[in-house]
Amino acid sequence: MRSVLLALMLLSAPAAALEPNELLEDSALEARARDISQGLRCLVCRNESIDESNAALARDMRLVVRERLLAGDSDAAVVAYIVDRYGEYALLRPRATGSNLILWIAGPVMLILAGGLAFGYLRRGGAALAPDPLSSDEEARLRRLLDDEG
Amino acid sequence: MIVELGHFFLLLALVVAGLQTVVPMIGAARGWRGWMALGEAAATIQLALLSFSFAALTYAFVMSDFSLRLVTLNSHTLKPMLYKVTGVWGNHEGSMLLWCLILALFGAMVAWFGRDLRPTFRARVLAVQGSVGVAFLAFLIFTSNPFLRLEVPPFDGRDLNPLLQDPGLAFHPPFLYVGYVGLSTSFAFAIAALIEGRVDAAWGRWVRPWTLLSWLTLTIGIALGSWWAYYELGWGGFWFWDPVENASFMPWLIGAALLHSAIVVEKREALKAWTILLAILAFGFSLIGAFIVRSGVLTSVHAFANDPERGIYLLIITGVFLGGGLTLFAARSAALEARGVFSTISREGALVVNNVLLAVSTFVVFIGTIWPLIAEMLFDRTLSVGPPFFNIAFTPFMVALAAVLPLGAVLPWKRARIGRAAQPLAGALALAIAVGALVWAVQTGKSALAPVGAVLGTWLVAGAAVDLWQRTGRGTLWHRLSRLTRIPRADWGKAVAHGGFGITTFGVAALVAWTTEDIRVAQIGQTYDAGRYEITLLDVQRIEGPNYLSTMAEIRVERGGQEVVTLFPEKRVYPVAGMPTTEAAIQSGVFRDIYLVIGDPQDNGGWTVRTFIKPFANWIWAGAIIMALGGVLSLTDRRFRVAAGTRKTLGTDPVPAE
Repeated sequence: MRSVLLALMLLSAPAAALEPNELLEDSALEARARDISQGLRCLVCRNESIDESNAALARDMRLVVRERLLAGDSDAAVVAYIVDRYGEYALLRPRATGSNLILWIAGPVMLILAGGLAFGYLRRGGAALAPDPLSSDEEARLRRLLDDEG
Repeated sequence: MIVELGHFFLLLALVVAGLQTVVPMIGAARGWRGWMALGEAAATIQLALLSFSFAALTYAFVMSDFSLRLVTLNSHTLKPMLYKVTGVWGNHEGSMLLWCLILALFGAMVAWFGRDLRPTFRARVLAVQGSVGVAFLAFLIFTSNPFLRLEVPPFDGRDLNPLLQDPGLAFHPPFLYVGYVGLSTSFAFAIAALIEGRVDAAWGRWVRPWTLLSWLTLTIGIALGSWWAYYELGWGGFWFWDPVENASFMPWLIGAALLHSAIVVEKREALKAWTILLAILAFGFSLIGAFIVRSGVLTSVHAFANDPERGIYLLIITGVFLGGGLTLFAARSAALEARGVFSTISREGALVVNNVLLAVSTFVVFIGTIWPLIAEMLFDRTLSVGPPFFNIAFTPFMVALAAVLPLGAVLPWKRARIGRAAQPLAGALALAIAVGALVWAVQTGKSALAPVGAVLGTWLVAGAAVDLWQRTGRGTLWHRLSRLTRIPRADWGKAVAHGGFGITTFGVAALVAWTTEDIRVAQIGQTYDAGRYEITLLDVQRIEGPNYLSTMAEIRVERGGQEVVTLFPEKRVYPVAGMPTTEAAIQSGVFRDIYLVIGDPQDNGGWTVRTFIKPFANWIWAGAIIMALGGVLSLTDRRFRVAAGTRKTLGTDPVPAE
């Protein structure tokens, strides 16, 4: 029984995330590879970057990233290479182009809107505390009314 | 028999919840006392029925009754007793039953502790609470009944997901559910107030403890989940911006906003409509969260994988309560006039800034979470929104919040002069800048993240201390110290919670900026350096656990020849579920964690070993627990407890005689 379980255990043992034999010799290049990997999604996983994932596909993608870096590609070129093959879905940081602009500007726009509304509300609150001085027209009308009374 | 009774009581609870919805609502409209009073009885009976039902399901799990489908799918005879019990809510059906139980508990608490509420108001609150119960009980019974039997019971079960067989995660859901569901009470208060067209200081005082209770349990639940992710997933990440995490984070953010705006309603009778809106939205986000977690529309690490039918039902529930609440709000909010007036620079103004930042940051999390859906449906783009987006889009709001918080907290009500109010904070600011400069100098050449975190963290903690010290008034040092003990608990709670936020802020920045890692193949007996430590892989053994098999390494950690600790990281396989897990070995310290992970055997006889040094990791969760502690302090404030009995509350108006 025990040996069966052991065999089972070895079979199902996953290839763990980033393995020592994948690491590049050049530490500067390796650091760039890590940075890029953290921004790429493991396509068969649920919301994990290829840097964290145990999946075989993630390993392949990590190797591709390192291959391209060794070939002398810039970071942007490596990412473009991946997107060409796997699609936009592989990017954890969506591009700020086309309809995605809505996503990127949603926060700042909302902040301006909410800030404007809040400021307007606060100003009204302030106005209620210390009423605006009357305009000259209003002064004149007030004086007329008071004169009429008198 | 017990299980059948549990099933029967569950159906009865639905009927009782129906009565609780309809009868008190009519009674309140017509002024019939008997009908209104039925709400309290119904709430208590519903709780009793569901408690029995839940106990029956727990009994089935404990006795390993595999004739129940749910037990077969999620349990196993060899599973430790603790996880047999926690397995009750480690699945969709059981967790939904727990959800309904907590919902009933909150309803009953309103009935028990709400004796001094105006009877019509209490009746309406209970009716709304009842209607939420009807929706979820119907959902439970008709789409996810936990009491379904199997015709041919199997010999043994299929075991609980091994990742869930862990103390951190076992108790994470109950805390989260108390938080989610507690917000339904704030929602019920808001709806009842809209129906009556009346919100006053007493309303603010009434709604705050409920919100506080939900918020602080949400804080604990989220912290537990994050801590679990840190030690269980094998590389020490603590937050992934996963849809399911965001589902719990959004109600937390809105709940925090609600907590603060309710203070303005209570103390100054302003921001009434806004506070009502927040109460509706906070529960709305709880519902949206339930939808995200249980429908499977967004892929996530921790979702219960589920079928679309449930998703549609949950979407309808969300639509009815959120849509209905907002419609009622649109129709009635104009009736809620503000009374208190204040100038822009004032505590009220600062709390408005707090609310704007929290609400907009919630919106950012929300749009980031659902954007993949929108992009696919409207623009035909399949894309992902991951941590890099949220880090850029969300963090600035938290930085801004932390920067203005200590100043806002000491501003006087009504109208203030910034210069004068800020004076006592000069020391805190100087200290913060000094600490930031020190950090900057020590860590030359790294990102600005850690220094910024250090400045904000120190500013928040020192600012909270100054806030508290200010409250002691004038006099000799001795007098002021003795007065510290007599400051109301709510003020202590405020300072403690704000300090906790500072500690978490610093912890996050330090961990992200300073984590070092080392990945290598080590031979048995080999020693290598990782940071300031010397690591030796002593041995690797295979070990059999109660329901798993383990590969356990023995690794010695030394510093300058002195042994620091010997750790035993494991890799486990749960044969029944057929799933491997990594069990990192962590030595936690105040200033750093040593985090070791054992990987696969290599062809040359060595093993993959991952070594992480994670500075200030514990500060993240310690800060969260301190925030929750602040909530507890506020909750135990005398003013909340005696408020119920004083004449200032909602209970003063006698119901007109018929």
